[in-house]
Amino acid sequence: MAVTVASGSKAPARPRRRPVISSGWAFVIPFLIFFAIAILAPVVYAIYLSLFRDQLVGGSSFVGLANYAQALTDPDFWFGVGRVFGFMIIQVPIMLVFSLIAALAIDSGRLRAPGFYRILLFLPYAVPGVVAVLIWGFIYGPRFGLVGSINSFLGAQIFTPLTPEWVLGSIANIAVWEFAGYNMVIFYAALRTVPNELYEAASLDGAGAFRTILSIKLPALRGALVITTIFSIIGSFQLFNEPNLLKPIAPNAITSTFTPNLYAYNLAFTGQQYNYSATIAIVMGLITAVIAYVVQLRGTRKELR
Amino acid sequence: MKRTRIAAAVLTAALIGTGLAACSPGGGAGGGAAAGSGSPADLEAALEKGGEITYWAWAPASEAKAKAFEEKYPNVTVNYVNAGSGVDEYTKITNAIKAGTGAPDVAQIEYTAMPQFYLADNLVDLSGYGFGDLEDDYIPGSWSAVASGDKVFGLPEDSGPMAMFYNKRVFDQYGISVPTTWDEFSAAAEKLHAADPNQYLTSDGGDGYFASSMIWQAGGHPFQVDGTDVTIDLQDEGTAKWTGVWNDLVEKKLLSPTPSYTDDWYKQLGNGQIAALISGAWMPSLLESAAPEGSGDWQAAPMPTYDGTAASANFGGSAQGVISQTKNPALAAAFVQWINDTPEGVQILQDSGSFPSTVAALTAPEFAEATSDYFGGQQVNKVLLAAADTVPEGWQYLPFQTYAQTIFADSVGQAYASNSDLNPGLMKWQESLVSYGNEQGFTVTGK
Repeated sequence: MAVTVASGSKAPARPRRRPVISSGWAFVIPFLIFFAIAILAPVVYAIYLSLFRDQLVGGSSFVGLANYAQALTDPDFWFGVGRVFGFMIIQVPIMLVFSLIAALAIDSGRLRAPGFYRILLFLPYAVPGVVAVLIWGFIYGPRFGLVGSINSFLGAQIFTPLTPEWVLGSIANIAVWEFAGYNMVIFYAALRTVPNELYEAASLDGAGAFRTILSIKLPALRGALVITTIFSIIGSFQLFNEPNLLKPIAPNAITSTFTPNLYAYNLAFTGQQYNYSATIAIVMGLITAVIAYVVQLRGTRKELR
Repeated sequence: MKRTRIAAAVLTAALIGTGLAACSPGGGAGGGAAAGSGSPADLEAALEKGGEITYWAWAPASEAKAKAFEEKYPNVTVNYVNAGSGVDEYTKITNAIKAGTGAPDVAQIEYTAMPQFYLADNLVDLSGYGFGDLEDDYIPGSWSAVASGDKVFGLPEDSGPMAMFYNKRVFDQYGISVPTTWDEFSAAAEKLHAADPNQYLTSDGGDGYFASSMIWQAGGHPFQVDGTDVTIDLQDEGTAKWTGVWNDLVEKKLLSPTPSYTDDWYKQLGNGQIAALISGAWMPSLLESAAPEGSGDWQAAPMPTYDGTAASANFGGSAQGVISQTKNPALAAAFVQWINDTPEGVQILQDSGSFPSTVAALTAPEFAEATSDYFGGQQVNKVLLAAADTVPEGWQYLPFQTYAQTIFADSVGQAYASNSDLNPGLMKWQESLVSYGNEQGFTVTGK
């Protein structure tokens, strides 16, 4: 009885469904193929890998969620997560505030050659990350580099950027230098979309420069701020190039588990623990996604208000 | 709508990272070509037939060897690639093996890394080509690194008996006599650093291979391997002897903390701020090329000893092996044999300043009598030959020594960084190694 009622109630709904237009698929399929190969397949494969354990002796065996259980209680992993979290908390605001001030200054119209400053600040982003870190490695060298020269001029080891205490700060410094210009360009682009009439109206109302920034420019930047924050958070959690390249000149300060990505890399490529490495990568990906999503939720809520 | 789209972008971006970290396919056990098939006659046949092989190596003579081989056998093409040194190259090889394609036919592999490759069946057993009969061509210390039981996984290239290299100009300037015992060495380190705080007798910022070799010289056997049974004892007698001397240097900050093989380090070697190095026989040619300012200042002397009895150890040294992925194992094996077992091949190695492993090359009178301008006309090889004769026997490396090296800084390196007792660091290193080894299916016992 109940069955007939159910099927009876469904039947009238059918004609209302829009007919499937098969030509639509032709437009979507190229993307879907790319998406499946470039994004879904590696992720699925990583998940598959994370369910096995391949040993130097004894080969590969299915271990279920054992790798995840290990990752959840792995102090090396969580210490690395804590480190990049701390890095994010400190580095991202410094960088974004710097980018914001630079964008506002260039947008203010009071600089003589704004295009020059824009290029100048953006230039570090055009330097490949690997080269950038090598340059900074030379600068940080306690004997060979600029820091070494300053120290010998001052007659004491004042600056020690490669010691365990300071090395994270030194990496943050590189990251600010590298990416502040990139974020500045995003902010600047957002500022350029503000219609001139708004500024004219503001100045007629007697608003000064700071009042204009607070009431017009910053609200206009909200969307850009959310995006740059999310990108910066993802960048922080994926910290890898800088510590990996600085390791030869600061071997004891940067451990093999310094950041989660470095840990995953060392597990896979020197420890040959591909499976556990995949597990770490997946857990880290999830953590990053959750945090970025939370930031994005908060950001858009403000936007709606 | 907008919210979900951004959320999807965020999730995608995060997952791309995940995917990248896992993009090394394969998963199963390494290649399967590692069988002792073939016969000595196959080598001749392969050379006659010709073909193409890829050769990965980083030693300075590698390219010259490949060229000389091509000249000798014009129908063979050797594609020489410098794929990075040490662990950088191993990473690429391991990735290529996992990927199922892209690995070289022949690769330079350090003695310390040989076991990790042959235990995973990544190297072709060359005994079928009659390589087992070549044992007597090599000094025992090098042969033991490439052979396991009846199987032969490569041929030794260079070797690294240890000696002390010192800057005579600095020693003379500060009135330091060449130390022959470790006690004298410590005293010299203290005297030099007290005379000028920028001067260090030697440098050591923490290096797992160096520490292992120092323990080796002290007569220790911290790593014992029997098949898949491994015993690790980083508190054995030899280790205790070494830390007895080295702790003092670490705690009193008498070692230059500059990481080895960096620009800072070469600069200090060139200008004499690091006045001596305890290192392998490959160090003279490295000094000559990387610290040219020191030319004429340096000398070689035997490694200081604990009780006056001459003792050395090996530090470094490489072999060439045939990677299991090769499609032409006979030709690859023939190449390995030519570069490492013929007088022509070994001569190219010697010309580059490396210290060979073949008995024939080492016992030639002109080798011992060769002089070096960098070393003020000294017959450096005589010192190194004497060292090679006093290497304690029975040393073994872990079957995962490359990994052990990577994590050395996480434990022992922390003791170096804080100028404290090395023993707790060594114990922590041992703990990590025991748990890693057991996870990898070995039966590892820590003492």
